[in-house]
Amino acid sequence: MKTLIRITVNHEERELAIEPNMTLVDLLRDELGLTGTKKGCGLGECGACTVLLDGKPVNSCIVLAMEAHEREVVTIEGLETDEGLHPIQRAFVEKGAIQCGFCSPGMILSAKGLLDQHPNPDEQDIRKAISGNLCRCTGYQKIVEAIQSVATGTK
Amino acid sequence: MTEYQVIHSRASRIDAPDKATGRAKFVDDIRLPGMLYGALLQSPFAHARIVNIDTSKAKRLKGVKAVVTAEDAGQVKYGVSPARYDETLFCFEKARYMGDEIAAVAAVDLETALEAVSLIDVEYEELPAVLTIQAAMAEGAPVLHDEFPRNVGAEVHHEFGDIQASLAECDLVRTDTFQSKKQDSAAIEPHGCVADYNLRGYLTLHTATQVPHYVQRTMAMVLGLPVGKVRVLKHYVGGGFGGKASANPMEMSACLLSMKSGRPVKMNYTREQVFLFGRGRHQFTHTLTTGVKKDGTVMALKNECYLDGGAYSSFGIATVYYAGSLLGGPYKIRSMQYDGYRVYTNKPACGAQRGHGGVIARAAWEQQLDMIAEELGMDPVDLRLKNMMNKGDISCNDLYMSSLGMRECIEAVRDQSDWKKKRGRLPKGKGIGMACGFFVSGAGYPIYRSETFHCTAMVKLSEDGGTAHLYTASAEIGQGSDTTFGMIAAEALGVPLDMIRVSSGDTDFGVDLGAYSSRQTLMTGHAVKEAAEEAKRQVLEVLSDELKIPIDVIDIQDGFIVFRNGLVDFRDLRRRYMKEHRGWTDNPTGKHLTFKEGARIAFLSRGTIIGRGKYRPRPLGGQYKGAAVGTSPAYGCSAQVVEVTVDMETGKITLDRMNDAHDCGVAINRTSVEGQMQGSLSMGVGEALFEEVKFDEKGKCLNPNLAEYKIPTALDMPYINPIIVETNEPYGPYGAKEVGEGAIMPTIPAILNAVHDATGIRFHELPLTPERVFMAIKEKEAKETGGDDQT
Ligand code: FES
Ligand code: FES
Repeated sequence: MKTLIRITVNHEERELAIEPNMTLVDLLRDELGLTGTKKGCGLGECGACTVLLDGKPVNSCIVLAMEAHEREVVTIEGLETDEGLHPIQRAFVEKGAIQCGFCSPGMILSAKGLLDQHPNPDEQDIRKAISGNLCRCTGYQKIVEAIQSVATGTK
Repeated sequence: MTEYQVIHSRASRIDAPDKATGRAKFVDDIRLPGMLYGALLQSPFAHARIVNIDTSKAKRLKGVKAVVTAEDAGQVKYGVSPARYDETLFCFEKARYMGDEIAAVAAVDLETALEAVSLIDVEYEELPAVLTIQAAMAEGAPVLHDEFPRNVGAEVHHEFGDIQASLAECDLVRTDTFQSKKQDSAAIEPHGCVADYNLRGYLTLHTATQVPHYVQRTMAMVLGLPVGKVRVLKHYVGGGFGGKASANPMEMSACLLSMKSGRPVKMNYTREQVFLFGRGRHQFTHTLTTGVKKDGTVMALKNECYLDGGAYSSFGIATVYYAGSLLGGPYKIRSMQYDGYRVYTNKPACGAQRGHGGVIARAAWEQQLDMIAEELGMDPVDLRLKNMMNKGDISCNDLYMSSLGMRECIEAVRDQSDWKKKRGRLPKGKGIGMACGFFVSGAGYPIYRSETFHCTAMVKLSEDGGTAHLYTASAEIGQGSDTTFGMIAAEALGVPLDMIRVSSGDTDFGVDLGAYSSRQTLMTGHAVKEAAEEAKRQVLEVLSDELKIPIDVIDIQDGFIVFRNGLVDFRDLRRRYMKEHRGWTDNPTGKHLTFKEGARIAFLSRGTIIGRGKYRPRPLGGQYKGAAVGTSPAYGCSAQVVEVTVDMETGKITLDRMNDAHDCGVAINRTSVEGQMQGSLSMGVGEALFEEVKFDEKGKCLNPNLAEYKIPTALDMPYINPIIVETNEPYGPYGAKEVGEGAIMPTIPAILNAVHDATGIRFHELPLTPERVFMAIKEKEAKETGGDDQT
């Protein structure tokens, strides 16, 4: 039995009929074609599927799509503006924070979740905020540096 | 150093904007029309005879389009090294580990496929399993592969120099045993693929792989198709680290299911299946005997090693060789003896992982060297400076150091860490340690015996002259190779990076052995450089003809044609170009002839301009059996100093700072080089402190997930000071060599040595979990109080 939900995805309101056991990540990827959200484990362990739910980073693989009813979801596809890349995206590109890129969408959204709350975090705050986002490629340093550069506005 | 226009810079990666915005396509993002979903049936026993398989119920389930077992797959043996092809697609007599593939299903959706899998009836007869090296090698132990009675799948015995004579000359000889645990590559993207077999009999496999070329050959061989009818391509790959460096049974299953059903078939490993497929780092047990003179000169190294291989050989023959042949460097040693054994056990097969074969040997030996320095009363840094090789040296096993910045690396980490002030002077619980590393810049020979080029490349100029399109079959898996090769092509052609388009990772684009053994920068780099130079030469030939000036006075730089003999009247050429571009907005105006004009004129004269490049290493290595393993056109080296804090109450180790110096030849992209260093270190940190794939007594993997198999998070990693040491490697393109794997080498031993400095304790088993460290601290305290009582 499908259920009707109303959710705002990347600033656009949608009405969707979904199976009650569908996860948010599957809704985004399979139904809406927003494949920028990645799936690394499906168990809430890697953070690759991080999206913002009402502004807060969540692992969309362990959130049911129904839980997003009447709420606002932002995925990596929703960050760019008319001016181009979001400053966090730009910093990730410029600071070499992206290698394979599989963790990057989730990482960037966790960073956004942090910076929206605390525009001036210290290094430890940043490391804590992304500690649920696993990256096997970078050793995290250039990611931390990228987020720091946005926080302090340095280039 | 030479002035470069493009390379040796910090250019942003060309794939980064797509990856930052979610545009980048990975294999799981592919959906083809009519696509089916596949699922695997895997053995629930570590060792079992397969008595009967009944697929009739599964086949009858609505929505199921194909069910395949060993009967359909044809029992062709495959593997990594042709000398040990010991796998078949699907078990046909017995299953050798919990997770061995029995059958596969394709259905209209994943739920149906999984349901069908559960409807396949398999009658097993459980067999006793061997799960440790001791059990596997015991007299009368159950045998995994009949050809290998005591489960020793591969052994190596090497002696270089006269080891007994060298030992006899030593003032100090030490023997220590060291053991690691099985590690998983744990790339964040699980393996996945989509196979698409069409009505003309051509197979296309989209897969997350490091090695499209080897996957193509394996698919063709196993499925009985001509190589030319199999195309393997990768999209962006979410990390490899060795786990994606060979063909996997899921890829073969998807292909076979697509051939049977006539529809595209998509398959993914779950995270658990990633662990069951395995192919991560072996568990190694090294017993090392090192002999030195009083002055610290290392004379002799005896290395005995046992590798717990799991159920199949995979890369294992190479691994067991590497664990010996790469250990001596970066030091001069008079004699070296190696005895290595790789043993089959009823667990997922181990394979190649970042730092293939060398990481644990290095950890064991660099810790032992520290112990020797201590006994001799020598600074560990000085011991290493005394014994290291230099440019031009040849190791006792015939490896030639065409460049080696070992001294620069050691001195850089020593000086930038304040080593002299800190070593031995930090308060209890704080420590500093150092170690060195050494690795190949690409394996000297392909995995299968062949005269093949290791890579080919093609640079095709667009007919308007504005874009150079580089095609290689190399594998961008996150390390940044597309950007590196784009930069090399731009440099060689003489144009800015944004005029280069890069297409890679597709067997249709040529031959490239792929991303393993840290080979691509050096090897593919050569092919790319040659291709770009050839395209450039063709443009210059045409310009020389047209302008009637000698070719050697014309050059291309930064997107412009430069004339070395002063001004040349090129107005005719420009007029011709403009005439064809009436109404266009981007026509050239300046005083200089542009590359675009030159390349267009070349097209008008010769048709499509295509430059071709290729590379094959020169013959390498000595005469002894196995001499090919460990050979490389060039060697990278590295040194690290690590500072730690050990909580003496809980045993928890915190890393405070890591200094890492790496000789990568000439750095093509400095940011990418640092990224490789930092990423390597984090994998070493995980292996040193907590990574261990665990099994119960039935052979069941206990932690096949990223919650219980812990890899480093941002909170586990300290600040890493990356120091790029540059030598000019004569056999590297623009002097470049490896960084992707060698950088991991010193990490574990530098941590071990720092922990010893902090606690006075030597650890001979990994990982250094709080429990292990806590127990050792308690034991030491007990001994010390016991000792005090006696005095
Ligand atoms: S895919 Fe959701 S946390 Fe890993
Ligand atoms: S960049 Fe590969 S996992 Fe983070």
